[in-house]
Formats: sequence, C-alpha cells, structure tokens
Amino acid sequence: MKTLQELKDIKAAKGGQVDIRFNPDTAEEAVKTYVLVCGGTGCQSNHSVEVMDELNKMIDAAGKKDEIQIIQTGCQGLCAKGPIMVVHPGNIFYQEVKPDMVERIFNEHILGGTPVDEYLMVEELPNGEKIHYVDSPFYKDQLRMALRNCGKIDPEDIDEYIARDGYQALAKALLEMTPDDVIKEVVDSGLRGRGGGGFPTGKKWMFASANRGKVQKFVACNADEGDPGAFMDRSILEGDPHSVLEAMAIAGYAIGANQGYIYVRAEYPIAVDRLKIALDQARDYGVLGKNIFGSGFDFDVDLRLGAGAFVCGEETALMTSIEGNRGEPRPRPPFPAVKGLFAQPTVLNNVETYANIPQIILNGASWFNQYGTETSKGTKVFALGGKVNNTGLVEVPMGATLRQVVEEIGGGVPNGKKFKAAQTGGPSGGCIPAKSYDVPIDYESLKAIGSMMGSGGMIVLDEDNCMVDIAKFYLGFTVSESCGKCTPCRIGTKRMLEILEKISAGRGEIEDLDKLDELAHYIQANALCGLGQTAPNPILSTIEHFRDEYEAHIIDKRCPAGVCKALLNYVIDPEKCKGCTKCARNCPVGAISGAVKQPHVIDPAKCIKCGACMENCAFGAISRK
Amino acid sequence: MKVSSVPFKGTKDQEAKLLEVIAKYKGQKGALMPIMQEAQNIYGYLPYQVQKIISDETGIPIEKIYGVATFYAQFSMSPKGKYIVAVCLGTACYVKGAGKVLEEVEAKLGIGDGECTPDGKFSLEVCRCVGACGLAPVMIVAGDVYGKMTPDRVEGILAKYE
Repeated sequence: MKTLQELKDIKAAKGGQVDIRFNPDTAEEAVKTYVLVCGGTGCQSNHSVEVMDELNKMIDAAGKKDEIQIIQTGCQGLCAKGPIMVVHPGNIFYQEVKPDMVERIFNEHILGGTPVDEYLMVEELPNGEKIHYVDSPFYKDQLRMALRNCGKIDPEDIDEYIARDGYQALAKALLEMTPDDVIKEVVDSGLRGRGGGGFPTGKKWMFASANRGKVQKFVACNADEGDPGAFMDRSILEGDPHSVLEAMAIAGYAIGANQGYIYVRAEYPIAVDRLKIALDQARDYGVLGKNIFGSGFDFDVDLRLGAGAFVCGEETALMTSIEGNRGEPRPRPPFPAVKGLFAQPTVLNNVETYANIPQIILNGASWFNQYGTETSKGTKVFALGGKVNNTGLVEVPMGATLRQVVEEIGGGVPNGKKFKAAQTGGPSGGCIPAKSYDVPIDYESLKAIGSMMGSGGMIVLDEDNCMVDIAKFYLGFTVSESCGKCTPCRIGTKRMLEILEKISAGRGEIEDLDKLDELAHYIQANALCGLGQTAPNPILSTIEHFRDEYEAHIIDKRCPAGVCKALLNYVIDPEKCKGCTKCARNCPVGAISGAVKQPHVIDPAKCIKCGACMENCAFGAISRK
Repeated sequence: MKVSSVPFKGTKDQEAKLLEVIAKYKGQKGALMPIMQEAQNIYGYLPYQVQKIISDETGIPIEKIYGVATFYAQFSMSPKGKYIVAVCLGTACYVKGAGKVLEEVEAKLGIGDGECTPDGKFSLEVCRCVGACGLAPVMIVAGDVYGKMTPDRVEGILAKYE
C-alpha cells in the first residue's frame, strides 16, 4: 500500500532518470547511460531479446552495471526498422540491430562516446539525402498522446509510470472530484470511442452512472483487437499497460463500479504478460484494491482471454464471451450502459480510448480538445501497413490528411509504385482512393467517403493490388468470422462472396454489380450487430471508387492489376525468347514447349498461372497480360 | 470442427492438474472459458473426455461446453502436431504476398489449414494478424517468428525443425 505522498516521492526520485528520454535537450545531466531496447511484438520477432542479452553480457564483463542501464520498452513505432535501440544521453537511434552489432555500439558509443554512424537509424528523403531518425517527419510530425509513454518507459516497472505522473489522475479524481465532475470533464473533452464506432465516451459514462451505489456495475475494456492489420491497442498494452488500468479505475469511480474486466486477445502473449505484471504491481501499491488512496473507493480488474473469434470485438458479443458463452451478439437496446455484463450496467471502452483518460483528468478537457477538428477531438493512432515505406505505429491529430500520413510520415509507397488507395477500418471499412488523398481524417469525413475510422488499421495499396481481390479478401474474412446467429449476415455475406468469386474467375455478368448493391444494402439494414451491418462496406466502397476495375473483370475478362489468376495469361515474346529452355524446365505442369534455340510457347489450356516461368526468364521475354 | 479419431491418451497426472484448475475457478462468474483454455494447455487439445470432466465437475451441461469449444477458433478437438506452423493472412501480410507463402507451405507439407501431417510432426494453421505487420508477410513455426517471408525460404525454414 502506498500513500499519495509516497507516490510523489517515487516520482521525485525516479523523475530524473525518466525525464531525459522525453526531453533529451533540456533534461538535467544524466547520471547514467540509458539504453532503450524495443520489446514490442515486432522487434521481439526480430530477436531484440538476443540483442539485449548480448548487451547485458558486455556490461557485466566491463563491470559497468551501475553506470549503464538497459530498459526494455514497448513499441517505438517504426516497426519496419526493428529491432530498434536508443541510447541516452544523446537520443541516438539505431536500426535493425543484430546481436553481432552490439559490440561496436558498446565499445565505440556507450564507452567511447562516438555514435556508430553505419548503424544509425536513418530516413532517406525523396532526394536521396539521409537524415537521422529524430530529424525525420516520422518522428517529428507525430503528436503522441495515447502513445505518450510507449517506447520510452519500462512497462514492467510501475515506478517509471509513476515518474510520468502515473496514478496522479486517479488520485485527483478520487480526492478532489465528484464522480459527476469526472464525467463532465470527459464529456467536455469531446473524446469519442477509438474502437471504431466513435460514440462520445463521456455520454456513455453518463448513461451508466444512474443509481450509483444501489446496483452492481462493471467497467470493461475491449482489447480484442481483431481487425487484421491493426495493432494499436496491442502496442499500448505492451508499452504502457498502467495507463489503461488507471483509466478503468477512474471510469469505475465515475459510474460507481468496483470491478473491471479486460478482454484481451490470446494471440497477444506479450501484452497479456505485461498486463498481468502491471496488475500485480498496481495491487501491491494499492492503486487497485480496497480503499484506494484512503478514499473509500474499491476497484479491481480481472483479465479474460479471447479465444480467436473476431465477432467478440463487438460489444455485446464480448460481454457474452466474458460470461463464458459462445460469443454471439445480442440485440440492442437494451444498451450495455443499462444491461451489460452479467445483466448489470456496464461501461465498455476500447484500449486507446482509455489511454487518453488519465491525461484528460490531469490536464483538463480544454487541454485535450484544443487538438483535432470540430467534431473529432484529440489524436488517433494508426497501424500503418501494406505498401508503405515506414510501416509502424503513428499517432496524429484528428484532421491530418491521408497524404500527410502516407507520404510524409509514412515515407510514401516503396519501389516507385503509385499510391492507389488506403484501406481503413478493416473488414468494416472501405478503400479511400487517391482522389481523396487530402480529405482530413476524422469520423465524419471518412464516413462521408464510404470508409470509417475503425480501430485504426491503415493499409496502403499500390497499383499492383486488385480492388476486386481486396473486397474478396475482406468478405472472405467476414464470412468465416460471421457467428451465424442472424440470417442477413450468415447467408447474405456468403452470397456476396460467391458473386465476387464468380467475377474474379471471369464468369461475372454486369448485373452482378446490381445484385451486390442490393444485397449490401439489405445486409446493412438488417444484420443484428456491427459485424454484419458493416460487412458490405469494403465492397460498396470499391465499387464506388473503382467501378472501372470491376467492369474490366466482368466485360473485358481482364484483371488490370494482374492479380486474379483466372484472368491472367502468360505469353512469351518470340522476339526476345532465346530458346534457352529454362522456362520449360521450371514449369511445374509442362505447359511450355519449343525446341532449343527456338522461341517457346505457353499452352494456355495447361498453364496454371503460377508465374514460375516469368520469374526464371533471364531475358524478360515473358509477360503477364 | 474436425473431430479426431486418435484415441484419447490423457494421464492421471493431467487429470489431477485439470481438477486443480477447476477448483481454482469454483464459484467465479464466467469461468468456463478460462477453464477450457487451461485445460487445452494441459492436454494440448479438448477431446470429448476432457469436456466431460469439466462438465461433471462444474455442473455445466456438456452441450454448452461443446458449443463453446466449437465456436472459438482457438479451441481444437483434434491433437496438434509437434510443431505448429502458422501463416498470417492478415491484411498487411496478404497484400504483401502471404497467399503465395501459404501455397508453398501447403505444397511442401502436403496438408491444408487445420490439418496435421500423418507423422504428427507439423500442423498448419492460417492465422489472422499476429500484430507483426511491420515484418509482413509473417510465418510462425513453433513460436519462432519469420518475417518478410518469401516462398523460396519455406523449405529451408521447415527443414530446421526435426
């Protein structure tokens, strides 16, 4: 059990060590060298743990344990260049650090004081100039609020969180504010749900706040981040788990609940481990448990692991799953604020939404709502992926444009290819075409162009991606994840998928587009839950923005991007073919014939369109049409 | 859901562990899923016999347990191979060619999604986003993550697992 004063003492004692990582230019002289190694899922997959082990060995061997401290952090953001290592003082970033690179960094930089230029994390500008990461748009143009501590503190050490004002917001709420004050602050901040729906968070809390102290209530956290290609919530849980726990306790105080549940994907083992550690530490310090800060308020949190069902990210399905049932959604109303978990009033918010709460309570609503647009306040975290140079985690103020995110922060599309579209909102969202590159990213604008904010997955597509294929991909996902409870979703999405398969197999008819449209609107209007209601979005938005591509598949029996196999033909240019026979030898089905030193030909009836011939041709004589 | 014809080989030891788990969650609301998750960790899968023990001990009807087991992708009613090969087909991986990696794995192992090789060595799973999108396309073998995969690396990687 710690008192508020003891927390302040920890902050004072620890502050200097942490401050240098946030304010490298103004912080007081560091007493130690701090080496931050990213321990997020991306970097760990790239063996960052081995890098840390290697560094530890060298520190031990040099007897420098008291002077050099290694800190394993959560996600640094630029996953494409992992494993990432940062050395303070100096704020020097290294990229793609392998265990065999550690020796030079240790000797030349950490001991010798001269950074190793060849290993520095650099960003190449369009003009070819290379700049250090901290001077790059990726680093400078972001506004980190929800991710403020990610990649900079040790998520497994509560003291580091406390040094960053951790649990001060909870103390302020419990000791200086009434529950209604807390709700008012959140309402005034304009914070809206970051899980996709965009419902005002304060309003949600207000609905659940009736009858405080008279009925049992719950606070739940949706960490079932199922959108393929989205990893914002995982990164927050891995990098700053206490911010979510603190926010849930604040929500509990606001609505009058004493028990919280976090429903987290079992596919995120590192996040689960760090949450468990954070829970133990928070209970040990008494910031969770009985009579928190002597206020008389009790609150605790339990973890529940998902088991691989996308539909459980839908709020009512998530609650049915926590109750130990098949994760099927229930009709709304009644809304969870009235009748939620175990039939009691429940507030359910997503991870990123919670991560904003402590700062709103500490700094006030007007601090938060100075950022963003008229209707969308604050920032949004995106998981930038697909055909973009800087894949990783980015946080920008609401209202930033797609162009800023993809071209400036994301560093553009690789290999000189052209940007075609960005997909946001996962299987519930749509594709934003190049002509909407300058639309500001906020809830309303994205909806107006047929996509949605979603939880923050942003997949960049280039000219090599076929939009019919992308629509088919998402629909295939929805079909396999549909829980089967309601007919429009179970059967409707299946029928739509069959039509798309028909089109990409070259058997499409022009009427199919009308059929898709009719089915899509029917499903939107009649499916029971968000999964079904939004499932047609990827199709509707691709038909709207890329109708010519659908028509090429249907009328010309051609896939312009060269993806849909049934519509492809490989042909050998007799002018360029030298008759070396390499293609014929590599063809797995014997579809290529021709005499040595004579032009070869491909038999389209036998060809399975695997592309092996084209990959193996040394003369560029084979093309795909 | 594929139900295995492999005979159940649960031990007394495993059963004792399972009973311990059930005792730990006694009286807790919504404990069925955590019990099933721990049971799957103990046995590696959730055959009828294990579901029956859970049902007998908790009083939850077996049909409800079966319903939960078949609803969630994580629960398996057939045993898994010694090494689990997972190919991510999340969007970021998909647009960067994960489909071709999967085809190659299927061809090399001669099995499809959810199947196990006859020698019990490998089982293959298609998974949806492991969150390592920066490394797309991603393949995972026995917990080791291989990023920026290409079809021609598949054979060499699988050969590492004996």
